[in-house]
Amino acid sequence: MNQYFNNICTTLYSIAEGMAVTASYLFRRPCTIQYPNKLEKPMEDQLSERYRGILQVDTRVCIGCRICEKTCPVDCIAISLEKDKETKERFLTRFDIDISKCMFCGLCSENCKTSAIYHTKFFNAVTQNVENLVVRFVDKPIALYKPPKGSDLKNTLKDLSGAIVNQKMKGRAL
Amino acid sequence: MKENANLLFLFLFKTPIKESEFSLAWYVLFVFLVAGVLLFFAANFAGITSFIERRIAARIQSRVGPNVVGPQGILQWVADGIKLLLKEDLVPDRADKFLFRAAPYFVFSGLFAAFVALPFGYGIVAADLNIGVYYIFAITSLVVVGIIMGGWSSNSKWALFGALRSAAQIISYEIPTALSLIPVIMLTGSLSTQDIIKAQGGMPWDWYLFHSPFTFVCFVIFFISALAEGNRIPFDLPEAESELVSGYNTEYSGFRFLIFPMAEWANLWVISAMVTLAYLGGWQVPFVAIETLSQSFLLIFLSAGVFVIKTSIVVFIIIQLRWTLPRVRVDQMTLVCWTYLVPFCLAAIIGTMIWMLIFPWETLAALLLRLIMSGIGLGFCFLYVQRVRFNYFNDKMAFENLKGKSLWYPFWRLP
Ligand code: SF4
Ligand code: SF4
Repeated sequence: MNQYFNNICTTLYSIAEGMAVTASYLFRRPCTIQYPNKLEKPMEDQLSERYRGILQVDTRVCIGCRICEKTCPVDCIAISLEKDKETKERFLTRFDIDISKCMFCGLCSENCKTSAIYHTKFFNAVTQNVENLVVRFVDKPIALYKPPKGSDLKNTLKDLSGAIVNQKMKGRAL
Repeated sequence: MKENANLLFLFLFKTPIKESEFSLAWYVLFVFLVAGVLLFFAANFAGITSFIERRIAARIQSRVGPNVVGPQGILQWVADGIKLLLKEDLVPDRADKFLFRAAPYFVFSGLFAAFVALPFGYGIVAADLNIGVYYIFAITSLVVVGIIMGGWSSNSKWALFGALRSAAQIISYEIPTALSLIPVIMLTGSLSTQDIIKAQGGMPWDWYLFHSPFTFVCFVIFFISALAEGNRIPFDLPEAESELVSGYNTEYSGFRFLIFPMAEWANLWVISAMVTLAYLGGWQVPFVAIETLSQSFLLIFLSAGVFVIKTSIVVFIIIQLRWTLPRVRVDQMTLVCWTYLVPFCLAAIIGTMIWMLIFPWETLAALLLRLIMSGIGLGFCFLYVQRVRFNYFNDKMAFENLKGKSLWYPFWRLP
């Protein structure tokens, strides 16, 4: 009998408590970011510092070590190097990243010695053909970078807005 | 009703209806006119409430809700309706075609017929039946016929489960719903919805809600069992989305499907209006006696406004309840009905009888007790607001440290 009335009291009390919690939410700020229509500030500023967006390669500082190619678990990076027989200079002739395969794990950019490959905050890569998602960073052979001795290699300037990728995909992306 | 028809005829054609040979035709036309107005109201209410419910639900879950179609998404319900109208009207291959097609009509007519006896203000009622409450109970039972027909005929196990659950639920909850209105009927001495309201007053201590502890209990029981009858959460077992796909209306599409949610939202108004008229004083305007109320049109409109506001508050509470509570289990649902609601209801009926004998309505002692009761009710409201404030300020500091933005964003500031 005691249990019976106890049940009623706890039921009514807990319902009232629950209602008080939900009612308080009517006065709180919703946490929705209304992309892309009503943004309070640009999307790039709202993403966190280490956001893993689409990859971009700064071919000026790539040393051609191919570590990124080897670490990638899904093999979406393809690199070709060529050596000039006479001058013994090596060139980067191909650097393709298949964004459609990439799972944005960040392994490649973590292991790159010079931060030549890094994640941008650019993420809007909608396209009607999956082929368009293969980004080719090398148009004509580029001489490999030789880092000066004792320099801080990780400290290269990054273009986080992804202007290069954006440029590469322009005209092909939707 | 008939007087209103006569008045309108006199107003339009400047001849008394008695001298006109079109009187019969006019009456028939008037009936259709009133039906059209009621249907217009019910359908629009259902649509707009569906939109408002989604907005409220979104805010409760820290979202924004539909705000793209039209200014602040206000046309979302029109878009949804048009979308459903354009869909193909599918009938499953091995369904019982006739019953399948007929089921929505039963649900539709069962609910919309209830609007006939619902009052909207002083004298604003389609038909002031002298058995109004009884009529509403009887006619809304037709809904369960439609639900079972739809569930049975669609030849799908989910739909059948939903229909059977709905049969168990609606039929068993019919009992506490009807029983919990008996104290009100006893206090009034009439089944007419207008008479029930006229017997109450404008101020809270004149409402039946605060007449005695017993009517207060009855109010709670009526509220709970009306929710169960309207298939609202926490009693939405017939269409439990997570278990039964969509319950009895799983196989429907297009306009036939539209009927079911529409009827459900229209039922929200029926429930709330019943609660308001039976316990919350209906359209009674505070400080205005009924005799003066009937004198001017302005006051009559004011009374309609009061009724709509009270009903909207109840609708809001039902919506908020939906987004607060989880769904009860089937056994819990029947347990609540038979071991808690019905015994309490019977006790409350006897208690109200004794109370009526000891403290008749007009005596000073009765008035004092009603004042005390409404004081207690006010105290509960105050406590509730304090709890809401507490919950808000509890999380305020943490949020503002994390986001660097003010947490204050009340619901009237539309995002
Ligand atoms: S991007 Fe970095 S890791 Fe990859 S080849 Fe160039 S330097 Fe090596
Ligand atoms: S982020 Fe991961 S999956 Fe994508 S290219 Fe780098 S290593 Fe491969």
